[in-house]
Amino acid sequence: MSEPHPLDASDLEPVHPDRLKVSDQVAIQIIEMNKWYGQFHVLRDINLTVNRGERIVIAGPSGSGKSTLIRCVNRLEEHQKGKIIVDGTELTSDLKNIDKIRSEVGMVFQHFNLFPHLTILENCTLAPIWVRKVPKKEAEETAMHFLRKVKIPEQANKYPGQLSGGQQQRVAIARSLCMKPRIMLFDEPTSALDPEMIKEVLDTMIELAEEGMTMLCVTHEMGFAQAVANRVIFMDQGQIVEQNEPREFFNNPRNERTKLFLSQILGH
Amino acid sequence: MANQAMPFSRSEMLPPEPPPGSAVGVVGWLRANLFSSIGNSILTILALALIWLVLSHVWPWLAHAVWNADSYAQCRQIIADTWGPDAGGACLAVIRERWKQFMFGFYPIEAYWRPTLAFILMFVALAPILFSALPRKMLWFSLIFPGLAYWLLWGGSIFVPIVIYAGFAAGWLGFHLGARASAAFVAPLLAAVFALVWWFFIASPLINLLPDIGLMPVQSKQFGGFMLSVTIGVTGIAFSLPLGVLLALGRRSDLVFVKAICVGFIEFIRGVPLIALLLVASFLLNIFMPPGTNFDIILRVIIMVTLFSAAYMAEVIRGGLAALPRGQYEGADALGLNFWQATRLVIMPQALKISIPGIVNTFIGLFKDTTLVAIIGLLDPIGLITSIRANAAWNGMVWELYGFVAVLFFVCCFGMSKYSQYLERKLRTDHR
Ligand SMILES: Nc1ncnc2c1ncn2[C@@H]1O[C@H](COP(=O)(O)OP(=O)(O)O)[C@@H](O)[C@H]1O
Ligand SMILES: [Mg+2]
Repeated sequence: MSEPHPLDASDLEPVHPDRLKVSDQVAIQIIEMNKWYGQFHVLRDINLTVNRGERIVIAGPSGSGKSTLIRCVNRLEEHQKGKIIVDGTELTSDLKNIDKIRSEVGMVFQHFNLFPHLTILENCTLAPIWVRKVPKKEAEETAMHFLRKVKIPEQANKYPGQLSGGQQQRVAIARSLCMKPRIMLFDEPTSALDPEMIKEVLDTMIELAEEGMTMLCVTHEMGFAQAVANRVIFMDQGQIVEQNEPREFFNNPRNERTKLFLSQILGH
Repeated sequence: MANQAMPFSRSEMLPPEPPPGSAVGVVGWLRANLFSSIGNSILTILALALIWLVLSHVWPWLAHAVWNADSYAQCRQIIADTWGPDAGGACLAVIRERWKQFMFGFYPIEAYWRPTLAFILMFVALAPILFSALPRKMLWFSLIFPGLAYWLLWGGSIFVPIVIYAGFAAGWLGFHLGARASAAFVAPLLAAVFALVWWFFIASPLINLLPDIGLMPVQSKQFGGFMLSVTIGVTGIAFSLPLGVLLALGRRSDLVFVKAICVGFIEFIRGVPLIALLLVASFLLNIFMPPGTNFDIILRVIIMVTLFSAAYMAEVIRGGLAALPRGQYEGADALGLNFWQATRLVIMPQALKISIPGIVNTFIGLFKDTTLVAIIGLLDPIGLITSIRANAAWNGMVWELYGFVAVLFFVCCFGMSKYSQYLERKLRTDHR
């Protein structure tokens, strides 16, 4: 677990609230969801509805179940009780449904998880070609488009091992975007990065938010939360402890646990 | 000398300089690698003495070699006449006389061109697999090659390999029908069923219907020499890798039944000596076959050698799979790749790359183990040596014969080893 890097909101481009429209269509619905690892009750009675275009930041101490929660959304982890409905499809053990949902939901990991044996371009075209059956040439054009968007088109023919951490994470974002996902999940995308690389990744994410991407984001970057989130969710011991819009969340935390966490992370 | 405590700011940056002379050049290399310390120097001198000792015996032996003679006795006579009564020398005349036998065993002389052609085509088929810079279209030939080589070596009707190949097409059809199912194991299962039904129930009546156009058939018992080693070795290598991959995947499977079968198979095979399997292939297998079926001895041996190596291969590849971080599986899953796509495109390329040294190790072991077939009476190079030594003319020869076979095998195995080092260098994608 690396140190959280609190970032001042003023470091980031301010986003005008009107540009971040939220529709009333539901993108993700989690109802009474519970999960156990063996005997360990890791997620307890999670209820969460995410509308299309909403950007949600999930915060909480290490081990509180944040990763497990978002990993349940694309079934990297299986839940044992309750319902998760993504894009109108309920997650069950049906592999067809799971593959369909996974191709609609992009995920960015703390450790990038790029494929080291493939070039940057091949990393980005692999899933479109094999899952979406897009012709290779078209997939490459799309990939170059998104690589330009994350500002590293010139690295297309290098291997992940030759890139810096920040560049690798931007490639990982571009790789997910190439699948044209409707929802993006981020699991601490900046915690494995050196401080000077955090901003380039956050800028990319803010740009995505401005385009109306539905985002579920586990992060300790409170500046990012203040800049783009509609809602901040605080988790502890596998439960949602507090949930509010960012200004209220940071200025008037209600729960004692939230107050403690914020005082630790923001160093107040 | 600046005061340590003083504030300091560099006014100009230092340019890079070449390393000092003692670290570079021949002298630098010698000093660093051979004479870096007293202990190292002593070892260097001892090693040089040892090399000299070996060479001083081997070199005259090779320099006195006799190529033209009809028997071992005549060889010794010639060496004694030329180099004096005490001189030793290699009697390479035996290699010269038995060269063709060493290569082809008792294969019909008028058909020598067939294994020779198959051997040359083998390199054409291997080239695109070994070197990715070659055009990918050549892989089609690599796919056809096994059938073609079978037909060239054993002769018979051209339709036999064609009908057998059609079985793979049936398997492919089964796989694609099964891929629509939601469980990942349906596809390979259906593929296996389709292919087996074709081979066991459709192939042989179909071949009987088709006209018998082809080459003169050659019996397996006429096969021998290096050609036999290469046939068994290359086929075993080609099949043990994919089978090993499947076993390794099966061993990690969540499906209890699949896992149990794979674990059972691997542990059984690893616990039994290859020679026992070969004896089973040679004596016992026919007892279990329906009477009248003629299950070819070379085919039986190839199956046993393949199964044997596949078990080792599976463990080597399992090591490679275990070395992959979980993030690679999750990255592939999160993109929506299904199990077989993730395995083929993301997991296996990396796991195989990690396993290259172990895989090549198993290949080399397999190739050398082909000499064990001498024990069940096949005339591979070692089997031939036994029969050559039984001949009155060459009675009592040891070094020349075994040395020659050793050199043949060394060239092949060293080649594989060198290739694997090349491949490892080529597949390195970090910090290039
Ligand atoms: N595969 C697993 N098996 C058992 N326990 C796990 C597993 N993964 C995570 N846990 C446990 O579940 C809890 C929540 O983990 P996680 O969701 O990774 O927390 P966070 O992301 O909030 O740090 C932790 O106590 C962790 O030790
Ligand atoms: Mg986590």
